[in-house]
Parts: sequence; C-alpha cells; structure tokens
Amino acid sequence: MKLDVRLPIGMMFTLLGAILVVYGLVSDRAIYARSLGINVNLWWGLVLLAFGAVMLAFALRFRRRAVMPPE
Amino acid sequence: MHIQLGAIDYAILIVYFAFVLGIGWALRRFIKSGDDFFLSGRAIPAWVAGLAFMSANLGAQEVIGMGASGAKYGMMTSHFYWLGAIPAMVFVGIFMMPFYYGSRARSVPEYLKLRFDEKTRGFNAITFAVMTVFSSGISMYALSKLLELILGWDFNASILVSAAIVLVYIFLGGLTSAIYNEVLQFFLIVLGFLPLILLGLKDVGGWAGLTAKLQTVATQAGFAPGAWSSSWRHLSNAHANPMGVEWFGLVMGLGFVLSFGYWCTDFLVVQRAMAANSMSAARRTPLLAAIPKMLFPFLVILPGMIAIALHVTRGGLLPIGADGTPNYNLAVPVMLGHYLPTGLLGLGLTALMASFMSGMAGNVTAFNTVWTYDIYQSYIRPGQSDKHYLRMGQAATVFGILLSVAAAYVTTRFNNIMDMLQLVFAFVNAPLFATFLLGMFWRRTTGHGAFFGLLIGTGVAALHNGLVLPLGDVPGIKGGFLGTVLHTYPSEMAQNFWTAIFAWTACFVATIVISLLTKRNKSDEELKGLVYALTPRLKDRESPWYKQPATLGVIVLGLTVVLNVIFW
Repeated sequence: MKLDVRLPIGMMFTLLGAILVVYGLVSDRAIYARSLGINVNLWWGLVLLAFGAVMLAFALRFRRRAVMPPE
Repeated sequence: MHIQLGAIDYAILIVYFAFVLGIGWALRRFIKSGDDFFLSGRAIPAWVAGLAFMSANLGAQEVIGMGASGAKYGMMTSHFYWLGAIPAMVFVGIFMMPFYYGSRARSVPEYLKLRFDEKTRGFNAITFAVMTVFSSGISMYALSKLLELILGWDFNASILVSAAIVLVYIFLGGLTSAIYNEVLQFFLIVLGFLPLILLGLKDVGGWAGLTAKLQTVATQAGFAPGAWSSSWRHLSNAHANPMGVEWFGLVMGLGFVLSFGYWCTDFLVVQRAMAANSMSAARRTPLLAAIPKMLFPFLVILPGMIAIALHVTRGGLLPIGADGTPNYNLAVPVMLGHYLPTGLLGLGLTALMASFMSGMAGNVTAFNTVWTYDIYQSYIRPGQSDKHYLRMGQAATVFGILLSVAAAYVTTRFNNIMDMLQLVFAFVNAPLFATFLLGMFWRRTTGHGAFFGLLIGTGVAALHNGLVLPLGDVPGIKGGFLGTVLHTYPSEMAQNFWTAIFAWTACFVATIVISLLTKRNKSDEELKGLVYALTPRLKDRESPWYKQPATLGVIVLGLTVVLNVIFW
C-alpha cells in the first residue's frame, strides 16, 4: 500500500475521541437528560479513543516492518 | 423545530472534512496514469476493497431510506439484506469475479464489449452513466433537504459544500482516494450510529420491549400483532404485511432479480473489487463486505423501528406529512436529535454526512471511469495518450458532479427515496442480470441476442409499469401512464418487484431466442476467460482452506440463514 489507510483512520478517531472525552469531562450534566442520564460523550469518547489507538498501533507496526530489511 | 448544534458539533464536522480532504491531498502524488486514477493501479488489499465495496453502496438510500423503511415496514426491511444483498454478494464473489477480474476489463461495460459487442457496451455505458448521475443527485438532494429541515441549513449551500468536498478529494486522488475515504466513512458510520441504537434499545426496554411496542404499531395499522417485528411470518398474503408483497414476488423480485442485478452488474460496487490487488483478493472483496453487511440491519433499520414504536406509543415523535402519514424519511435524523446530546450529536450528523459522501463518491468514480473509457475513448476521441484520458477523467469528475447537482434540483417527487431508486433499477438493472447470466454461462449467447434482449427487457419494464398502478395512486410517474390500468398492486414496492420479474424474464427469453436465430460473433478462442465453460478452473487449493472464497461464501450464507431464522 502506498499509504496505509489505517493511519488517517487512527489519527482521526484518536482526535475525535479526545475531543469527546474532554468535552464529556467539562460539559454541564444537564445536557445528558436526553441520553437517559448517561454521560455518553465521555464513554463513547473513550471507545473512539481505544479504536483510534488500535488502528494507529496496526499502522505503525506495519510501517516498522516495512522499513526493516527482510532477514 | 430545529436541532441546535454547539461549537463542539461543528468542530467534529470540521475534523472530518479536514481528514477526507487530507486523504485526497496525500494521495495526489500517486496519480500518474489512467490506471492509477480509474483503477487504483489494481493495488488495493482485500479488506480495504471489501469495506469500500460495502461503503460505496452506503449512501442516501441506505441510512435514511432503510431507516424510513424500518419505520414504515418494520423487520421485513431486513429482506433487502438477508434475502437480497448477501446471497447476491456471495454469488458475485464466487462465480462472477473470475470473469470480471480475469478478463482485465476496466469496467462492466467494457466486459460487455469483450463478451458481446460494441452496441451492447454502448447501451450499458450510456444508461449506467445517466443512472449514476441521478443516484448521486438523489443523495445530494436528500442530504440537503434533511439538513435544511433538521438544522435549518441553507439548501443550496449544503448541496454546494458537499459536492465541492467530494469533487476535491476524487479530483486529487481518484479511485484510491474514494476507496480510502469509504473505509474511513464506514468506521465513522458504524461508530457514529451505534450509540443511537444502544440508547434507543435501552430506552424501549431492549428487543423484548421493542417488539411489545411494535405490536401496538401493527394492530393500530390493522395488521397482525407481529407484523412489524417478524420478517417472513406474514408473507403468505400481500395484504397481511405493511410492505404489501407476498413471498413469491419478494423472493423472485427482490431476492433474485433486483439484488443480483444490482450487486452483480452495477459498476459502482464491482469497480471496488476490480481495484483489488489479486484475483483472490477480488473474489474475497464482496465476501468480506458481506460480513459487516449482514449486521447492518441492526444499525440502519432498528433506528426506524424504534422511532415508529416511540411515535405510536409515546405520541408524536415523527412530524406528520401533508398526506396525514408520518414523515418516515425523518426517522433517523429525529432519533439523532432525540437521544444524542451535543458532542455525540455532532458525531452522528458527521456519520450521516459521511454516508452521503461515500455514496456520492461511489457514483462519481464509477461515472468518470465509464464516461472516459466506455464513452469518450470509444466513441468520441479514440487513440489518445494515457495522459489525455487521465485529464479527461478529472474533467469528468467535475462535470459529473455538476450534472448531479442539476439532478438534485430535479429530484422532488417521491416520499420514499428507496421506492424511486428501486424503480430506476428495475428498468435498467433487472434485465441486465439475465444478460450477464447467459453471457457468462452459455457460450452460444450472441451480441445481437444480448443487445436486443436488453432492449426488450427494458421495454417490458416500462410497458409493465405503464399498465399497472400501486393501490391508491393516480396514473402518472408511479405507473399507469399508458392510459389503461390492467392491474393494481397492493403497494409500490410490490409493483417494483413485479416490474423487475417481468423485465428479467423477458430479457432472458428474448436473449435465448435471438441468440439461437443469429450467428455467433465470438469464437471459443475469443471467449476464453469470459465464459464459464471456456475458462480454466481457478486453483483455490493453493491457499489455506479458510482463505478460500468458497469457504468464506459458505460461512456467510450459513450465518445469513441463521439470522433469517432468528427473526422469522
């Protein structure tokens, strides 16, 4: 692959996850009335962060392997 | 009532825009030849091609239309997946991909040229180009109308912004850019809608609570209590289910003709598999796509079912349209506003945006390839340099999108987008599958047989549609335009299915008869690699058994049967 598609995906979801987690921590609890009282921004932000990190890990591992000469 | 967005929601949307444009920008330096632009240099790994294969189809009709159908018809909507799409995807992967990929054709119309003749290719290329522009226009129209309705955004500005973004990333990075973005969009759609489903299900009391509420929906509409929560049980009679179809029309019309016609012959999806990096990857592309596809009813149909359940039992969730019925197309956006607080709301809307863009990009890349190779290179300026055609492809991206914008302004007549798309597919795609089936498996099929068979099939589709009418409609674009109405179908859906059945049968029979009456125009030697009996069997045995397309196909079909039984 010319560009590992997992790299931008990992970057985007890590960023989006971070935005949501931070917002979940600082936002007013009142906005969670519609999401049944659950701070979904925080929890789903963590899910996105985890997904993004896994994608990044795959992309970086692949890249390191591609850079190293075959034994 | 508009949903209010916060700064955080806009921030999420802008991050997404930045990434899709960034992918196009990062890929622009890899675009050196026509092959790179139109076929991704045939270098895409199977899993990427597979996710793009399913994502390209994940446009307006999927997220909004399936949600709308989920509200309107309930669990029966799953037939579009578990009866329609999945078996067809398995078929295209196992039986048809060897000819598509093996022939090295650059497009579906080009395969028709190799297998049959010039006129068959020309007919397919032109009808496909027109249909693609319309599909893309419908997506754009639906997106902008929705954004206007739920967010108060300006209709024209939404159309122009979404069109401009898709234009830029395809112009820069060609098919690779479209495919990479489709993979990104796929994950965004899943992760953006999943919280909605989880919250909705928690709210209605899980599947048990939902079915209990749907019983009220069904009895209020005058059907048996389970009509909204079972897929097969009420199909013995067209009047016993909200879709207004009976099992034969459903299985033959949707399951066989429309689905196989779409998944096996529509270049929009087939193009993704053609870009795969090997024959084995090309064959696994639709099979790998089928795995997430199988689970998509839970993501796209359930929100509609939850919406209608809440609408009926708690009162007034969905806005009521001019004709007194709920506006089903708003089921998904209303649910987004109902459950998601600012923050996740931005993610949900971005997911909606992503689905429209992936669908549109699919149309645009298919259009620019068919236009450049099958229309421009074949009929307008043959024999130019590769650079010339690459430039043409980029130009076609621009005017293809401009035409779609024009089409978006034309599209205003139908209440349910799905019904209109099915109608278009019925006219063009339904007979086409008969042509491919005969072309790939019967070497005696001639060019004249294929061409006139297609014409007759399309003509029969139009004729049938002109002589029948869905219940409660007046003659016009929906049917009966030939003056006399010979038969009235219980629903538009039923009419579309039967139009497809008639069109396919007419094409199948006409192609056989005409082929037998005309001389073969291709020798066995020329048909090598294009027809089943004349192509050496692929040696699947070289790869481990779990990587073989046949194994994958059997697993996918088995799981689909299980899903059908669970939600019977």
